[in-house]
Amino acid sequence: MFELSLAEARDALRARKFSAAELTEAYLSRLEALNPKLNAYITPTPELALKQAAAADAALARGEGGPLTGIPLAIKDLFCTAGVRTTAASNILRPFVPPYESTVTAHLLRDGAVFLGKANLDEFAMGSSNMTSAFGAVANPWTLPGDARPRVPGGSSGGSAAAVAARIALGATATDTGGSIRQPASFCGIVGIKPTYGRCSRWGIVAFASSLDQAGPLARTVEDAAILLGSMAGFDPKDSTSADIAVPDFAAACARGVKGLRIGVPREYRSDDMPPEIEALWQQGLAWLKDAGAEIVDVSLPHTKYGLATYYIVAPAEASSNLARYDGVRFGARVEGADLIEMYENTRAAGFGAEVKRRVLIGTYVLSAGYYDAYYLRAQKVRALIRRDFTEAFGKVDALLTPTTPSAAFVQGERMDDPVKMYLNDVFTVPANMSGIPGLSLPAGLDSSGLPLGLQVLGKPFDEETVFAVAGALEKAAHFTARPALQAEG
Amino acid sequence: MSYTIEGRTGVWEVVIGLEVHCQVISKAKLFSGAATTFGAEPNTQVSFVDAAFPGMLPVPNRECIAQAVRTGLGLRAQINLVSRFDRKNYFYPDLPFGYQITQFEKPLVGKGTITLELEDGTTREIGVTRLHLEQDAGKSLHDQNPTKTYVDLNRAGVGLMEIVSEPDMRSPEEAGAYLRKLRSIVRTLGTCDGNMEEGSMRADVNVSVRHPGEDYRTRCEIKNVNSIRFVMQAVEVEAARQVQVWEDGEEVVQETRLFDSAHGETRPMRSKEDAHDYRYFPDPDLLPLELDPAWVAGLKAALPELPDDRRARFMEDYGLSPYDASVLVAERASADYFEAVAKGRDAKQAANWVTGELFALLNRAGRTIEDPPVPAAALGRILDLIADGTINGKIAKTLFEAVAETGESPDALVEKRGLRQVTDTGAIDAVIARILGANADKVAQYKSGKDKLFGFFVGQVMREMKGKANPALVNEALKRALG
Repeated sequence: MFELSLAEARDALRARKFSAAELTEAYLSRLEALNPKLNAYITPTPELALKQAAAADAALARGEGGPLTGIPLAIKDLFCTAGVRTTAASNILRPFVPPYESTVTAHLLRDGAVFLGKANLDEFAMGSSNMTSAFGAVANPWTLPGDARPRVPGGSSGGSAAAVAARIALGATATDTGGSIRQPASFCGIVGIKPTYGRCSRWGIVAFASSLDQAGPLARTVEDAAILLGSMAGFDPKDSTSADIAVPDFAAACARGVKGLRIGVPREYRSDDMPPEIEALWQQGLAWLKDAGAEIVDVSLPHTKYGLATYYIVAPAEASSNLARYDGVRFGARVEGADLIEMYENTRAAGFGAEVKRRVLIGTYVLSAGYYDAYYLRAQKVRALIRRDFTEAFGKVDALLTPTTPSAAFVQGERMDDPVKMYLNDVFTVPANMSGIPGLSLPAGLDSSGLPLGLQVLGKPFDEETVFAVAGALEKAAHFTARPALQAEG
Repeated sequence: MSYTIEGRTGVWEVVIGLEVHCQVISKAKLFSGAATTFGAEPNTQVSFVDAAFPGMLPVPNRECIAQAVRTGLGLRAQINLVSRFDRKNYFYPDLPFGYQITQFEKPLVGKGTITLELEDGTTREIGVTRLHLEQDAGKSLHDQNPTKTYVDLNRAGVGLMEIVSEPDMRSPEEAGAYLRKLRSIVRTLGTCDGNMEEGSMRADVNVSVRHPGEDYRTRCEIKNVNSIRFVMQAVEVEAARQVQVWEDGEEVVQETRLFDSAHGETRPMRSKEDAHDYRYFPDPDLLPLELDPAWVAGLKAALPELPDDRRARFMEDYGLSPYDASVLVAERASADYFEAVAKGRDAKQAANWVTGELFALLNRAGRTIEDPPVPAAALGRILDLIADGTINGKIAKTLFEAVAETGESPDALVEKRGLRQVTDTGAIDAVIARILGANADKVAQYKSGKDKLFGFFVGQVMREMKGKANPALVNEALKRALG
């Protein structure tokens, strides 16, 4: 049962091969067994899940099943869920129970999904390792033989990715501000897509950096990701940045093939310090696409080298302002003080972890009088140039292929003393957020030690269909059947 | 009209600029659907957006934007088809987001003009720098508990128009006239109720002083002054303070001050160390605000007649003096009242009655033009009764008071109280004969050249006839009798 993809499970439910209650119970008992080891969920919601599964069975019995009826999912704990605690993996929101449902999760519920619980993440989605969660680190289900050290699942959607990889969710919601869907997908050997900015509503998602945040799915196959995105996406008048554009049939695009497509290879993504096996995998991916009928074209994205630096100005700037509302006055945690200022200081000192504080400080600094022009304003100008790079490249090609990350999953605790080295994880993923374009990561192979590596497909704005078509072709060629160690034991 | 301060070192002039916050009239807040009614129970008009709950997003309220555009058009200002919302970051318990959404760099409305008509009949053009939209904050209640501050978020997120003037005003009177004119414009447009007591219109006053011909000197900003009278007083005392500072050989420090009306002085509000760095930047939750020129043109076509246009029309169509026209158009309701009375009647007479008898009555009775003790139709009827000779001008005033007191119609009161004027020349002649007979000495004096006594005889006759005689007939008959 755990080897079924989401699409297969959906068909089996419709065929009444098993009930939604049976599927959910199976996932819940596996969750109960594995979560203590993985810490993928902050708040499992078994009772709610069973209730939703029962409702799904009733709907299926009436022949009224939606696209996701009875499908058990993990929800990143950044999505507000009505009546279910939503923490953003932060102490400051530890007691927070939202009275409203985010638009994206409301769409999933509308389509019949079952929520197994709220998945762990880096605090306020700030991190690339899931090490910054106030609810503890998440272990990657992938480990190496003879090496007991747990590895990171990536971040910030580490809990979502670990849950999907370990088969304790059939799919998951996630968000991506600088790579938080694609990097964990790559580290955990699964598929994840950050759609075009504006494709999914941000309403009800705890904000990190508003101009970059975008929700998307994590799943085990390209088709599963397409099915989930089809449900999550859609115009929302409650989000001014949501795009009033119809949602196409993403799943149908997956099998379209790449014959005649022009695939770009950005030369600036190649560097001397890239591990040879990642370079080799990239070449392999291009070869697969060529074999499937695509034309490979060299393109230039000249401002790529400024992407990461620019991102680490824009994202903290927006975050410093977005997180100002966590002041202990209206909701969440409060630590009293002798006066107002002391209450603010005590609350935010106790409520935020080190990485969040670091980014709030950076953001405050780059927006300050005297520094605004040199940092924030210049970063916005560079951002416009990065966007233009992509516009020009997409004048020549239909999609781009790059590695997702510069390395495979690292051991928990590594890179913690060097934030810049940690930030380098996002070097290939950040440009898609800066320019708003869609990006998908899929597992394409293993490194020499046996850890999964991902390839990234980038597409034109609101052309996720081509991205899915390219990813579908790669998936078929890569035939990635490796399973994480933990899965094999479980 | 020049206003100057005589100092030890010479003559000083005052330079004034105003930043006026006008609460937008709209059913819902600027970025949320919560209601905006004044005086509701605390925290009953608060959405999750207003309280800045996690994941909540602002969505611009189209009606608030329309109101700001209407106001811009009313100020004959440039409407910027592309503007932008920015965040102004600071921490305060009544500011739930930790930032105010405002328009810093690209306001919705650019340069415009307000024309002031001063009491001496001259006019002054005051430049409007800009108008932008922003959110109001909530209210901190410090008096509910000895150790705690409570917060009421009903006002948080309500739309405000901040209207910034150029430093073009030179006297407290001009500042007062500017505020009255601005209030008249927004009230006419229906974009703000202009109620300073309830805080729906508030002024920040920028004041500096200089010797005539000099460049501008350092200014101080007096925050949140809540009546026109206080604005004028604040300008006066702040200008005097600054002259003193300069003449004592010191420097005026740029700072924010508050006006203490009880002590008639301004005081610093916060020290320089507390100066905020607001870290303005474009709000990433909101796209740039782009307006369709056809939509703006539609708003323009639907604007009501503006005070300046109405004033010009009153002068042109009704032959009113510039002063009377200004007084009448200052409030849309008084202009409407006047037009209702003047229509088909002697417009100058109507203007005299409205600005004279009616305004005096409103003052005495503590009533407003929206709720007048004598409705426009009744005043019109009184003028008709004068015109057709039913009553004379003196009795008309008595009748006017009677309508105000009883609320009855002028016609009914004329009958009930027998106010009809006497036009029976026989009755008038009889009274005249009686009066002249009783004052033979004065008749003799008159005939020997003391012409002024004619008025005395008229008065006696009118008194005898309880004011109801037709004055023209009395004059005629007296002249005949004394002839």
